[in-house]
Amino acid sequence: MFDALTDRLTEAFRRFGAKGKLTAEDVDQGLREVRMALLEADVHFRVAREFIDRVRTRAVGAEVLESLTPAQQVVTIVHDELVALLGGETRRLAYAARPPTVLMTVGLQGSGKTTTAIKLALLTRRDGHRPLAVAADLQRPAAIDQLEQLGRANEVPVVRPAAGSGTGPSATVTVCRAGLTEAAARGCDVVILDTAGRLQIDGALLDELEQIRGAVPVDETLLVVDAMTGQEAVNVATVFRERAGATGVVLTKLDGDARGGAALSMRAATGLPVLYVGVGERPQDLELFHPDRMARRILGMGDVLTLAERARDQVDRAAQQQVEERMLAGRLTLDDFVAQLRQLRGMGSLESVLGMLPGGRQLVRHGGAELPDDRQLRRMEAIVLSMTPAERRRPEIVDASRRRRIAQGSGTAPADVSRLLKGFGQLQGLLRGLGAGGGRRGLARRFLPGVPPGVLGR
Amino acid sequence: MAAEDGAARARWWRRLSQRVSVSGGAFAGQLRSRLLVWQRLDDDFFEALTEVLLSADTGVGLAERIVGDLREAAARGRVHRPDQAVALLRATLGERMARLPRGLDLVGEPAVVLLVGINGAGKTTTVAKLAHRLRQEGHTPLIAAADTYRAAAVEQLQVWAELAGVPVVGHRPGADPGAVVFDSLQAARARGCSPVLVDTAGRLHTRQPLMAELAKVVRVIGRQQPGAPQEVLVVLDATTGSNAVVQAQSFQAGVGCTGAVVTKLDGSARAGYVLRVEEELGLPVKLVGIGEAIDDLGPFEPDAYLSALFGDVTAPTAPAGDAGAPA
Ligand SMILES: Nc1nc2c(ncn2[C@@H]2O[C@H](COP(=O)(O)OP(=O)(O)OP(=O)(O)O)[C@@H](O)[C@H]2O)c(=O)[nH]1
Ligand SMILES: [Mg+2]
Repeated sequence: MFDALTDRLTEAFRRFGAKGKLTAEDVDQGLREVRMALLEADVHFRVAREFIDRVRTRAVGAEVLESLTPAQQVVTIVHDELVALLGGETRRLAYAARPPTVLMTVGLQGSGKTTTAIKLALLTRRDGHRPLAVAADLQRPAAIDQLEQLGRANEVPVVRPAAGSGTGPSATVTVCRAGLTEAAARGCDVVILDTAGRLQIDGALLDELEQIRGAVPVDETLLVVDAMTGQEAVNVATVFRERAGATGVVLTKLDGDARGGAALSMRAATGLPVLYVGVGERPQDLELFHPDRMARRILGMGDVLTLAERARDQVDRAAQQQVEERMLAGRLTLDDFVAQLRQLRGMGSLESVLGMLPGGRQLVRHGGAELPDDRQLRRMEAIVLSMTPAERRRPEIVDASRRRRIAQGSGTAPADVSRLLKGFGQLQGLLRGLGAGGGRRGLARRFLPGVPPGVLGR
Repeated sequence: MAAEDGAARARWWRRLSQRVSVSGGAFAGQLRSRLLVWQRLDDDFFEALTEVLLSADTGVGLAERIVGDLREAAARGRVHRPDQAVALLRATLGERMARLPRGLDLVGEPAVVLLVGINGAGKTTTVAKLAHRLRQEGHTPLIAAADTYRAAAVEQLQVWAELAGVPVVGHRPGADPGAVVFDSLQAARARGCSPVLVDTAGRLHTRQPLMAELAKVVRVIGRQQPGAPQEVLVVLDATTGSNAVVQAQSFQAGVGCTGAVVTKLDGSARAGYVLRVEEELGLPVKLVGIGEAIDDLGPFEPDAYLSALFGDVTAPTAPAGDAGAPA
């Protein structure tokens, strides 16, 4: 399902690119695809709309419309704006100047607060601190046991309420206070309060959080949110920020296939930054949040952007344009071919380049045997360089004696020369056959014009 | 659950309309009420309708298709006013929903109901609520605590089971869930209990080994009890967005679901993905959870659901036998 999305976006951008120059309507057309991508990633519809407006303002600027690579430019703008909105830089946990640092996990039912509380404990321990956790979820049956068992398994001390202390707000406040006392006694400098899940429309339970904050000095209130959350994310973040003083977000269950538009929605609507992401069930599966990775994930774009960036660094765009035109006309020369090979080498291994394309990983996996490795590429380059200009322009004049000479000059065998020329012939044929069409191939060609036919001609 | 008497049904309706209020959250409520004050079937109305659908998590594809169809109906003169358009939409969706079978198949000795879903969806709570409800309806359920992975999962279930007055069969943490199910079926037969309600560990639908483990549990059940499990219900959280469809699809592919349960509908989320789960996957929503109390579970009522989705164009007619329900 998400592959289809990637293809669709890519296709829209490819259409941009094929025309060379863009009109304002073209931009609108492409932005519609971006909007769809955002909505399908569960970005809030208002956030998506405002986002698209902002991108449009930048994208219809002359520098994009006039450029030779408008598709990449639009992608880059979308990506940059998304990263900026997601928070540009990574924010870590803020430890209190005077210990203990008190952290509190809050959120809806089932979002992953208890698991996250233990994950945070281990994270602070990795930072050199001594954490203690407090079982302050007096609502869900056996929530206290769950935290206690996790604490025992990970050597994190857990404070639980006294037997028969009830389930109301005052009992909750009491156990939180007890936690701080216990931490002081044990020399723990981080206290993590694991609170009950609650709906953001549950006034009584929100009051409880206010009472906790009134009783103990909470430094960070982390809103734990399921990465698969839909449009409600905005309401949830808004209320928890206002009523519970949330200072940041931990996004959980990101090891699934959720695209995580909730992160963007929450950030845009409330300014709450995402600090960490949960990427597995094990207690060590908590990672720092990376806005740029999140941006790509929301767009469903794999690493196309990295690829685009690398290509931009390597390629002289004007020259590239000419090569592409010749290619489309089926008039690729061996000179072009060798230039493309050089480019490929500059971008990294062919495998890593293909791996970054949507669907490219598939190619790598299934066509692995056909991929020339770096050594083979270097050899191919050497062969072409040993040919005379006339031979490069018209490879068909290469006969047995020329072949021997070329092989000698390039330190290869005549059979290698034959194989290269045959491959080149096939590539030309393939390109002629393709004409201007071809979705995935079309895209690959834009980035990898010189890829040998064995790789793409499946 | 099919053979509910009128009074019980009326009670459920009352609870449903209190918890799943038409207005929902303030913001969504605003959107929905705006729909009905619109005067003309113009672009602004269709825009507003699109927003209502999007904000309810129907997904952009379905939202645009629905609005496109309505635009066409308007162009053909089939509807002239916004209230007619919304009524037509409700009728169309309602008709489709009416075709799906929503009763639980509990025929078997014992019958087996398996609950599956991602972490935190509400499986354990649903098992407990369902046990309670079935007991009230005269069944003698038994609970199989087949989540042997999550810390304190069995303890959680035991607290609930005691409340519901239903026996639980469980093993030590880390035990094979297949073995738990095996023992549960034997115990159920020995005691004459049915159905066996199986709580399973939460798992992301993308984790293949865990899906295979679940498929094995289903096989164990089927070998021991031909025809079982009668029901495999995928539990979905109402606050989830479009990923809920992917979850349902993956569990359906992995273990063959017979229906879905939507939990946490007492929040302000509208779980618009329900429309897609039913239409695209053919999976009927059979139960909804509307709170954390033991009687906060009941049958899915398409009419009430559509009211919550679009606002009350035509107030849902209360079922027969409903004397005391609020208007
Ligand atoms: N408000 C509300 N909360 C619910 C509902 N159903 C379940 N919950 C809550 O959601 C949280 C998770 O429920 P569980 O039943 O433990 O979920 P689970 O799927 O068994 O979770 P794991 O076993 O950890 O994967 C608990 O705090 C429940 O009380 C519901 O209908 N409404
Ligand atoms: Mg459970």
